[in-house]
Amino acid sequence: MRHILSILVENEAGALSRISGLFSARGYNIESLTVAPTEDPTMSRMTIVTSGSDDVVEQITKQLNKLVEVVKVVDLTEGNHIERELMLVKVRAAGKDRDEMKRLADIFRGRILDVTDKSYTIELTGTGSKLDAFLQAIEPGVILETVRTGASGIGRGERILRI
Amino acid sequence: MQLTGAEILIRCLQEEGVDYVFGYPGGAVLNIYDELFKQNKVKHVLVRHEQGALHAADGYSRSSQKVGVALVTSGPGVTNAVTGIATAYMDSIPMVVITGQVPTNAIGQDAFQECDTVGITRPCVKHNFLVKDVRDLAVTVKKAFYLATTGRPGPVLVDIPKDVSQALAEYSYPKTVTLRSYNPVTKGHAGQIKKAVQLLLEAKRPMVYTGGGVVLNDAAESLTRLVRLLGFPCTNTLMGLGGFPATDPQFTGMLGMHGTYESNMAMQNCDVLLAVGARFDDRVIGNPAHFYRADRKIIHIDIDPSSISKRVKVDVPIVGYVRDVLDEMVKIVESSPARPDAAPLKSWWAQIKEWQRKDCLRYDRDSKLIKPQLVVEKLYEITGGDAFITSDVGQHQMWAAQYYKFDKPRRWINSGGLGTMGFGLPAAMGVQLANPHAPVVCVTGEASIQMCIQELSTCKQYHLPIKVVNLNNRYMGMVRQWQEFFYGNRYAESYMDALPDFVKLAEAYGHVGMKIEKPGDVEGALREAFAQKERLVFLDFITDQTENVFPMVPGGKGLTEMILAEEL
Repeated sequence: MRHILSILVENEAGALSRISGLFSARGYNIESLTVAPTEDPTMSRMTIVTSGSDDVVEQITKQLNKLVEVVKVVDLTEGNHIERELMLVKVRAAGKDRDEMKRLADIFRGRILDVTDKSYTIELTGTGSKLDAFLQAIEPGVILETVRTGASGIGRGERILRI
Repeated sequence: MQLTGAEILIRCLQEEGVDYVFGYPGGAVLNIYDELFKQNKVKHVLVRHEQGALHAADGYSRSSQKVGVALVTSGPGVTNAVTGIATAYMDSIPMVVITGQVPTNAIGQDAFQECDTVGITRPCVKHNFLVKDVRDLAVTVKKAFYLATTGRPGPVLVDIPKDVSQALAEYSYPKTVTLRSYNPVTKGHAGQIKKAVQLLLEAKRPMVYTGGGVVLNDAAESLTRLVRLLGFPCTNTLMGLGGFPATDPQFTGMLGMHGTYESNMAMQNCDVLLAVGARFDDRVIGNPAHFYRADRKIIHIDIDPSSISKRVKVDVPIVGYVRDVLDEMVKIVESSPARPDAAPLKSWWAQIKEWQRKDCLRYDRDSKLIKPQLVVEKLYEITGGDAFITSDVGQHQMWAAQYYKFDKPRRWINSGGLGTMGFGLPAAMGVQLANPHAPVVCVTGEASIQMCIQELSTCKQYHLPIKVVNLNNRYMGMVRQWQEFFYGNRYAESYMDALPDFVKLAEAYGHVGMKIEKPGDVEGALREAFAQKERLVFLDFITDQTENVFPMVPGGKGLTEMILAEEL
């Protein structure tokens, strides 16, 4: 099953490699990983999307907690949460496809950030599956380039992750 | 007053009460060695290979409860040390490893003797640091000692670039240190402890299984009190030997791949299992699916939450220092009138006695060849069971574990987790320095001993009167055993051709060498060796080449699917 882990970690050189190294050393999956400093510059927040049985995810959480630089770990998928991912996609937009592409971007609430006479660069935000749906909705041949940030997540309502 | 980084480091080590540093000098640590030279509180032991430094610091720690400290240079110094670091990590030994690094401005430039020390050692340390600013050095060393010794212990590495050991800073050593990201749970949950005691008191076929955690946390006394109070059978893992007295009638011997028949049968057939400071690893419980098939309740006490329900799901997990938890359990049992039901316990013991009648450690005592088991038994008799025994890895290790009865913790020093050949001799050096007046024996084989044999030279330099018991069967015995059982007697590369004359070799290093070829000479030779209190004696026992370690649970099999000697 897919899990989203939110991790507060000391903003120190090497912390990222400790975490990614843990996943490769123990054979855990990483679907995506994002990290950036928080409002407290000494601390970073990482979101890791992983998959595995409940036992495996329990082990992942325990092993992460064991790392000295990890401050806190929460499995967001254990409760209500919001998940967002940003995608930039450059598509061919020429001739009769040009209007269709604009329409599709509007339907998915995308924004066109950059325009040439042959292409659009569209910004899309949403859950991973929404971004997948957009890519499936357009013809594969028109996709020139995509880049995705991987998921970020936060708990809903009073669910707060901080120290 | 301002001090250099090197001075600061040595002051820190003095503050931590470090008596010995095991190491080997080189370019990147010259500043540090210069400061070591100028003082005499912290003594340095010069090994002959960095792996030896790590194992010696490790053996020092295992036998003394203190932190082992090693000091090596950058690049090859570090890579040579990695085996020793990984060995300590697998067995949770508190160590602080100081490594030199090229100057900060050269890092990443592929400088001479540069390697990514923090990167290379990351997966085999509890934590590591690269100190880039001399002002952080003292607090980093404090953190290193704090991390190494608290929670689940382990090696911590501090990498110090050469310009940092040279730079000046104000020195003050922090009394305490806290890390917001590091707060191990150390106190067992009271409710869970009560639940566990309840379960133990209701048990009809109880079993107590304990590991290295009991030894490391100095919980042997607490464990012994609890087990005796309850009257339950108790087994130890390879790492846990000495955690419960081996001569106690409640002790059923070691368990696992080469454990006793009765211990393995009791593990599988008990209805309540109390696991203390152990981690259900593959050499201990065999195939986890087979182990799990039996219907029993498991209580697991461990300092590391990630050890709980990792390989086997448990019913009552208790995270905390095992000694405190065991003490709490003793208190609850003592203050309650309830005791385990005598009748079922009696019939459970009768069952165990029945299993014991298999006499699974029997061997041919009338053999004309020296049986390795006999050597260990004689060693036990002659040392009164009170020696520190280190071992390497293989058959000799198992025989030492099976036939030497350890009544006290920290007497049995071996590489259980990583299984590092070459561990025994350098570890014995650390043990001897930590226990200068105690008999220290390295039980080894002719293959293992050659992996760190250069340390015989260190033993000479520091007058370490270790007794090396070499069980020489001219084979990598354990490899040969597997090849005999599972590879159709095809002994691929497990025969050691062109062995050295160990007697001459020992003599060349300035020690005493003895070669023993007849069973009748075993006892006399051992007595003669121990009579030489000031000398290292290398005893080369020419043993039966075909002897195997029994019982044996083949890899991947269930714990009760043992091969016994009689079945062959």
